[in-house]
Amino acid sequence: MIVAGNPLRDPRDRRLPRIAGPCSMVIFGVTGDLSRKKVMPAVYDLANRGLLPPGFSLVGFARRDWADQDFAQIVHDSVKEHARTEFRQEVWEQLSEGFRFVAGDFDDDVAFDTLRRTLEQLDQERGTGGNHAFYLAIPPGLFAPVIAQLKEHGLAEGEDSWRRVVVEKPFGHDLDSARELNDVLGQVFTSGSVFRIDHYLGKETVQNILAMRFANTMFEPLWNANYVDHVQITMAEDIGIGGRAGYYDGIGAARDVIQNHLMQLLALVAMEEPPSFDAESLRLEKEKVLSSAVLAKPLSRSTARGQYDAGWAGGEKVEGFLAEDGIKPTSTTETYAAITVLVENRRWAGVPFYLRTGKRLGRRVTEVAVVFKRAPHLPFSELATEELTQNALVVRVQPDEGLTLRFGSKVPGTAMEIRDVSMDFAYGGSFTESSPEAYERLILDVLLGDPPLFPRHEEVELSWQILDPVLAHWASRGKPEPYESGTWGPKSADDMLARHGRTWRRP
Amino acid sequence: MIELTNTTSAEIAAEFVRARTRSGSPAMGMVLTVIVAVREDDATEAMAAAQAASREHPARVLGLIVGDGRGTSQVDAQVGIGSGWGGETALIRLRGEVVKHAESVVLPLLLPDSPVAIWWPTDHPADPAADPLGRLAQRRITDSAATTRRRTTALERQCAAYVRGNTDLAWTRLTPWRALLAAALDQHPIKVVAASVTGERISPSADLLVAWLNHRLRVPVTRHTSAGPGLTEVVLQSREEEIRICRTDGKLATLHTPGAPDRPMALARRGVPALLAEELRRLDEDDIYAETARHLVRMRS
Repeated sequence: MIVAGNPLRDPRDRRLPRIAGPCSMVIFGVTGDLSRKKVMPAVYDLANRGLLPPGFSLVGFARRDWADQDFAQIVHDSVKEHARTEFRQEVWEQLSEGFRFVAGDFDDDVAFDTLRRTLEQLDQERGTGGNHAFYLAIPPGLFAPVIAQLKEHGLAEGEDSWRRVVVEKPFGHDLDSARELNDVLGQVFTSGSVFRIDHYLGKETVQNILAMRFANTMFEPLWNANYVDHVQITMAEDIGIGGRAGYYDGIGAARDVIQNHLMQLLALVAMEEPPSFDAESLRLEKEKVLSSAVLAKPLSRSTARGQYDAGWAGGEKVEGFLAEDGIKPTSTTETYAAITVLVENRRWAGVPFYLRTGKRLGRRVTEVAVVFKRAPHLPFSELATEELTQNALVVRVQPDEGLTLRFGSKVPGTAMEIRDVSMDFAYGGSFTESSPEAYERLILDVLLGDPPLFPRHEEVELSWQILDPVLAHWASRGKPEPYESGTWGPKSADDMLARHGRTWRRP
Repeated sequence: MIELTNTTSAEIAAEFVRARTRSGSPAMGMVLTVIVAVREDDATEAMAAAQAASREHPARVLGLIVGDGRGTSQVDAQVGIGSGWGGETALIRLRGEVVKHAESVVLPLLLPDSPVAIWWPTDHPADPAADPLGRLAQRRITDSAATTRRRTTALERQCAAYVRGNTDLAWTRLTPWRALLAAALDQHPIKVVAASVTGERISPSADLLVAWLNHRLRVPVTRHTSAGPGLTEVVLQSREEEIRICRTDGKLATLHTPGAPDRPMALARRGVPALLAEELRRLDEDDIYAETARHLVRMRS
């Protein structure tokens, strides 16, 4: 007997990739954008890189009158259009042998019986070993019925095998609904088998925040209130809501982006060093920092919101939010949101974290800017340092992933004249091209059961706890302020920083 | 590309700076230097492969073609920065007496304070670490499968000459096979009593796989010959059961495991750029290759 485990494995053997064990994935909501643009292409890319287990099967579930081949065609089209890696016929053929389709409604007992039989067949025919992941690419309102059906038809647990459920944001629309959602999932699946996908956390640059902070000597000593003046976390989009009116109206920018992506970025930037990088330690540190985070008060002066108006964005004439298809002219949904968060601990006391997000802004960019205090004394004439502002370290999350360091330098010439210069680091094309797309990494982690990159429900609830008072405040204050499309947001957002003598970076 | 005729290392270095300034971005984001010691005939293909690999690892790629050693020394170079990738490249041709001092041309062109890798795309020195160019590098990449001389013993000689930092693409080619075998044994922890490896008659990868399996499993491993391409079959045998991976077309493998249906698996032979990129990912010692290489030498003696 091999007692000491697999003799072919060795922790020093870092070339060997992790390949998931036998399993299948069931996608609910195969016709949606998420499935077609992200999930299915990522599955193909994983297969192409040889990281899916032999016999891996993909089951689609939807209210369509389709056969397995029709489903395969949908996957084929989405892979052709959106996959990152080259299309190889032999990979496709191998993968498509494992495609199954189950037609039915989410309240249709017969369909879920068919699903169970399909999975049992896959275990038999393709050796998926009773391990199945359920990817809920459907609106959160439908989670409850689907989860209940999974339980009722004995799909939620297996003997000597795992069942996992994958959900996407939004994880609720406030603290109460997040708890409800978690109860729905928690009644059927243990917290270790619920995987919440926040695709930002799968990005190389986001993981690089941790590497930058904790693998280097030169940043961490400055990473505190003694040297940091404030932090700006921005996620800007140049597009409008597009065809997502149904989803977006009533949700708005704060719920859509701040609660998940920006709060997670804040946690990674502000947290203390974890004792190790396993899931549990990371989660504890993130939870700790999120529980010390509070909103700056009063909210009327420390937050801002807006709605994009008609205008010219990047040379294109665009309509305002209220004129978009499917949006009521009286909608008070914000398309721009900015909040001020204080982290009440010794490291960050008095350092505001400004979080902003919006649609139809100047350009598409996500970044974290740590802005340092001015030097306490400048032995130069005031004229010489007129153009010198504050040093800054910027983590560019997307696009153009990398780091920027801004500091003062002498202007070449005879006079002593100092101005800001930027030093850029872009890790070649590797963060963008050769490295796996976030979804690939996250789906592989689901199949491996490796949870570090997934937010747990505690973090989700803490984020809502921070955001809820802002949402309540805005709900009682009429309409958001309009801002012209293609600009950097409403005036109230600029005022919010100007009160403290600061300005937003133009990213 | 700028052509420099009868030039020096200093001029090549100056041209790198000028090229970057011309492109409007004088900053360097490169993380290592890759020297490609290549023959004239293979230069174009090898430089393209090294440039492709430097998409993942932004690098200064120095191609070095050592020509005829007779006559007056002459150094010619084509210098350019990548369009569409983050690196720089110089293809340097040496003629005359300087061919014996190639390292003196390369040394001033190494990026400061960062690792150096050298790759011999076809023929390589018998002892890469003792080679004047090889000595400059932390990572010395040979390819026993691509050598044109004494092909049957090339791998064995490389293994015998192994020191920290040496590596061979024959080993890199094995990674997907080894991953699949390890994963199969994770799933089916059978007690292996014998194993076999089948591949082309001359296949350094197959020989390394034999050594690796023999070393890790401590069971007899037999080597069989097939028409290829490359590796075609690996079997791990217990008393009653077996795990078998067959790949006859160099693309798609079939996995036979106990108590489970046969399953197809993508297992395509990879191109040189992908292999190089894997080699450049880690520049510290590869302990497993070191053990396998030493074991291969022990098995043969």
